[in-house]
Amino acid sequence: MSELAAEDFAPQRVHPARATLKRLFHHRLFVTGLALFGVIAIIAALAPWITDVDPNRLSMRNKFLSPNGDWVFGTDNFGRSLWSRTVWGAQLSMIIGASVVALNAVFGTLIGAAAGYFRRLDNMLMRVNDALMAFPAILLAIAVTSVLGPSTLNVILALGIVYIPRTARIVRSSVIVLREMEYVQAAVAAGAGHWRILRHHILPNAMAPMIVQLSFLFAYAVLSEATLSFLGVGAVPPTPTWGNIMAEGRDYMRDAPWIITIPGIALMITVMGLNLLGDGLRDVLDPRLRIQQ
Amino acid sequence: MTEPLVEVAALSKHFPLGGKNFFGRRHGAVLRAVDEVSLRIMPGETLGLVGESGCGKSTLGRLLLRLIEPTDGNLIFNGAEITRLKGAALREVRRSMQIVFQDPYGALNPRMAVEDIIAEPLIIHGARQGPGTRKQVASMLDRVGLPARALDRFPHEFSGGQRQRIGIARALILSPRFVVCDEAVSALDVSVQAQIVNLLQDLQREMGLTYLFIAHDLSVVRHISDRVAVMYLGKVVEVAQKHAIYAAPLHPYTQALIAAVPASHPADRSRGKRVRIAGDIPSAFNPPSGCRFHTRCPYVMPVCREVVPPLVEPVPGHHVACHLIDASPAGAPT
Repeated sequence: MSELAAEDFAPQRVHPARATLKRLFHHRLFVTGLALFGVIAIIAALAPWITDVDPNRLSMRNKFLSPNGDWVFGTDNFGRSLWSRTVWGAQLSMIIGASVVALNAVFGTLIGAAAGYFRRLDNMLMRVNDALMAFPAILLAIAVTSVLGPSTLNVILALGIVYIPRTARIVRSSVIVLREMEYVQAAVAAGAGHWRILRHHILPNAMAPMIVQLSFLFAYAVLSEATLSFLGVGAVPPTPTWGNIMAEGRDYMRDAPWIITIPGIALMITVMGLNLLGDGLRDVLDPRLRIQQ
Repeated sequence: MTEPLVEVAALSKHFPLGGKNFFGRRHGAVLRAVDEVSLRIMPGETLGLVGESGCGKSTLGRLLLRLIEPTDGNLIFNGAEITRLKGAALREVRRSMQIVFQDPYGALNPRMAVEDIIAEPLIIHGARQGPGTRKQVASMLDRVGLPARALDRFPHEFSGGQRQRIGIARALILSPRFVVCDEAVSALDVSVQAQIVNLLQDLQREMGLTYLFIAHDLSVVRHISDRVAVMYLGKVVEVAQKHAIYAAPLHPYTQALIAAVPASHPADRSRGKRVRIAGDIPSAFNPPSGCRFHTRCPYVMPVCREVVPPLVEPVPGHHVACHLIDASPAGAPT
């Protein structure tokens, strides 16, 4: 139709998702974080095959053994294998972290999208959100588990309730920006309904900051779960969680320092891995946030 | 005489400021973005809409498409009242009226392939995804001057002008009758602007389109429009045939706008005295009383501060809202 119309566009044919993945795997922090977290995740997944002793089997003859050839990580005050307990603890941490992340992904997105898109709901939803966010996270989690009673499931619920408002707020702020975009206006002009607009135009574009947030949230959830167990309001002992192991090991810190140190190091690797991974995701997916920090 | 395709009567859009307080009660001022505007757009014509930024041009364009809800007034499309249509009836009307946006970056969803972007209006109106739709999209792409291999690309792979072509394809895929071009070429390079303007004109001829062409660039508007409407602070102050408004503008604001366009030939520069206006456009929160232009008008009279001038027709087809002009076909102030 016009002379320059056929002027060519970028020659590379790269799907945007693939381009993003490529940039992620060239990001040093992301790769380091993924490696650290990946090691823990793989160990957790392989727990039934790489441990031969029941993590709760007592063996009073073998108590307080320091790490040696037979007992890789040594034993605790009841002679339980610390290798078994730490590995199964890793599995529990992963399950709890993933569940909290899943709860947040679903309910945080629902609440945030509803508040950001349907402005009539905004005031109501966000005031409830503010009320929940006014409590320090760990205090609120302790309050919720005290009400519900200590159990693994209740820890997941408590951490969900604590962190969902934070996720919802992040989703809401992206949605508020996106709903004013001209491509959303174009969809309205074409006759698109609310559901179509949310599903095709708003949520896919709100994903980047949320994925970043969820990777950090995984770390917070693992850390908070350990804190709750350590304080005695998490999963009931003798359930092997890192928090429980550390709480029991605290009394013997002088004579058997490995009991508290080993799950502590595992916790550190996990949280550091997730934070590095989150930093990498943030740099690649949502570079604006980097400037703000 | 033919019926107008689009007709608005005393259309207003007021934005409350400061929002609601905790108990849902309104407080604060009201921004009168569009204030009792009446306009007619005839089938097949291009009405240019010009004015400074913030005068309510874009708001008016979006009101016509029901993208924002009017506070007051009536909106008639193709002889039917559409001001209060809802649901399926509104969706049906949307088939016939579309919009092309200014920002070629913000107007295309970065996560959708070109095919999905252009096909979306079809899908909304009942088409199925498949080879038939793909073919239809490809032929639309061809009409806007893009090759079919653009179908599977993503918006970030295109230049500004190419993105604008995609936006035009999306607007025209439903074969609408009325298209609002909201600063559709303002963000483009001058050479690309010319291409897009020509494309819009070609498509208008082929598809029998009616345009509302919103712009702040008077020379582009002069090129594409049949008639021109001038807006100032939410009010239409003058509407006339393009030649009438550029040759003999009646409203002092229009005169100043046209005088501010640099002459393309040095010989034109000295001709006539230039009307200049000083200062900034006043705030629409609290617009001046009477004629809204009185704070900057070189010919201001006492009556201008008191009475809002009505839109009169001193010359057939030439409407103007100014106290200097009598409704009787007399002389213009020069």
